[in-house]
Amino acid sequence: MTDVLVCVKRVPDASGEVVLTPDGSSVDGRYAGYTMSAHEECAVEIAASVAGESGGSVTVLTLGDDDSVEQLRAALAVGAHEAVRVDAVADDYGPADVAAAIAEVVRSREASGSGFGLVLVGNDAADTGDHQVGIRLAHLLDRPVVAGAQQVAISGDRVDVRVGTAAGTEVYDLPLPAVLTVLEGGVEPRYPNISGRMKAKKAPIEVVEPAVVPQGSGRLGLRVLPPPESNVELLGEGAAAAPRLVEVLREMGVVR
Amino acid sequence: MSVLVVVEPDEGAEGGLSVVSRETLTLARAMPGGAAGLAAVLVGGVGAPDEAVLAHCREQGVDTLYVCGDERLERYAARAWAKVTGAAVEAGGAAYLVAGGTPRGNEVLAHVAATRGVPMATNVVAVVQEDPVEVERQVVGGAVLERVALSGSPAIASVAGHAVVPEASPTPGEAQVEQVAVELTEADLTAQVVRLEAREGGDTSALTGADVVVGAGRGVGGADRFADVEALAARLGGAVGVSRVVTSLGWRPHHEQVGQTGSRIAPDLYLACGISGAIQHWAGCSSSKTIIAVNTDGEAPMVTQARYAVLGDMHEVLPAVLAELGEP
Ligand SMILES: Cc1cc2nc3c(=O)[nH]c(=O)nc-3n(C[C@H](O)[C@H](O)[C@H](O)COP(=O)(O)OP(=O)(O)OC[C@H]3O[C@@H](n4cnc5c(N)ncnc54)[C@H](O)[C@@H]3O)c2cc1C
Repeated sequence: MTDVLVCVKRVPDASGEVVLTPDGSSVDGRYAGYTMSAHEECAVEIAASVAGESGGSVTVLTLGDDDSVEQLRAALAVGAHEAVRVDAVADDYGPADVAAAIAEVVRSREASGSGFGLVLVGNDAADTGDHQVGIRLAHLLDRPVVAGAQQVAISGDRVDVRVGTAAGTEVYDLPLPAVLTVLEGGVEPRYPNISGRMKAKKAPIEVVEPAVVPQGSGRLGLRVLPPPESNVELLGEGAAAAPRLVEVLREMGVVR
Repeated sequence: MSVLVVVEPDEGAEGGLSVVSRETLTLARAMPGGAAGLAAVLVGGVGAPDEAVLAHCREQGVDTLYVCGDERLERYAARAWAKVTGAAVEAGGAAYLVAGGTPRGNEVLAHVAATRGVPMATNVVAVVQEDPVEVERQVVGGAVLERVALSGSPAIASVAGHAVVPEASPTPGEAQVEQVAVELTEADLTAQVVRLEAREGGDTSALTGADVVVGAGRGVGGADRFADVEALAARLGGAVGVSRVVTSLGWRPHHEQVGQTGSRIAPDLYLACGISGAIQHWAGCSSSKTIIAVNTDGEAPMVTQARYAVLGDMHEVLPAVLAELGEP
């Protein structure tokens, strides 16, 4: 039985235009909405399936304000059993702070006899892209860690982890307890069904106070890059453009 | 002050050093102290470093190349590689530690940062102030630049892919090889690659190394509608690349995805068909030498940012292009 902790982050949905807050201190998600990082959707899926196979439980954790309950409920709707919110203003927390706050939760669960065999986090968040929370967490907990996990299988007290690289799939075999940072691509996150949504709506959310004083990320300010100037040359419309397009391909020397 | 760069061996690349490593070395020379004292650490190559690697290091102005001959480092283990990197920081007294923003670069640096309890900035594009150190880095998939103060010794940063064009140093370095000794513990090697499995029916390196990529997005319209895209990629001797919508819909496998959470490509030609050009896709294709967009929407970012564009339905344009090209 493997109990899994999966950590998710509320991030602005940046698939459309990115707008900053008036003071330029953060990305304004009020119009586009918020979501969970793509890697973390896969982490939730992995957590649900490995815990499901072994009869273990999935606890989902986020560090954030009351609004981030939305992301916890999204995870509860697709298979997480319990949810914890570390009550904090996420922007005040740098990656080392987040790792320290998560480590505290893991330790206190362990002390109360309900530790986690596996802790999953996203490889890097969609907004800050820091690439380090999971690794810092592993050092704090003194556990092995693999970054970029895409497929995970547990057998007994070991975990088999697969990471996709340009050369192929790298396979790791680690003892539990362990920490993994999950990368999109190995599993398909499932969609919530109606009963999952209903259950998630009513599920209790545990709120804990962070046990760290955040040092911050060192952020001094943000700026949105202006769109690059367009110097596109229109080659034509529809099928009629084909001769001109092929001429360009020949000029470029890419036609064999 | 000196700068230490983690260089990654790449058997596939010319000279055995990855392009990203050369980009990173180029950027490192522009960092404070980088021109005067540039060092590099090569982990994972057991035995004396290749002459080709040394030649690249010299060309990039590297004075000292740190290596570690421990055989146990041959198979990748981030924590062990980080230990060697940390030892090279100590040996050279580096003020900055940088690596390419690759999965390995980021992972090794994060271990060094965690061990030493210092901050680390990823996806850095420039050092904007020296003392105290402030860098600018890409966030939100490259749409936004963040300015951060980087306290800590050494200042640790990974460099955004393709932030600079690799260029030789005006003054070549000596690339003196120096061994660093580390004591590897079991914990350093617990998370170590046990084996590499060749990919079944698809290889990302075919995509990342292709001279021509024919891209397809949601506009392709379905899993069974890739015949023209495949035919054109084959005709041009290139690879197929897709947007995330295409992989999320299950139309194509993830290893074909181009973008922030897919592969970064830098072909001579990227022919992007039915792809809007969202910032996360752009993050993976912006280094293409020439982009040609085929799209029904003249206002799509992929069209306005391309060098050439054809407006129209890709399922009308591609067959006409194939007919025009004829047999090779
Ligand atoms: C954290 C995160 C990471 C992401 N990572 C990636 C990534 O790695 N790669 C990636 O691609 N995206 C990524 N995305 C998603 C990205 O934001 C976009 O949603 C995605 O790139 C859009 O794909 P698309 O252009 O195929 O689809 P759409 O945006 O739907 O665009 C379809 C385009 O096709 C055109 N079109 C429609 N029909 C035709 C036709 N018959 N002929 C010609 N043109 C036609 C339309 O005009 C439109 O421009 C990520 C998003 C997030 C939040």
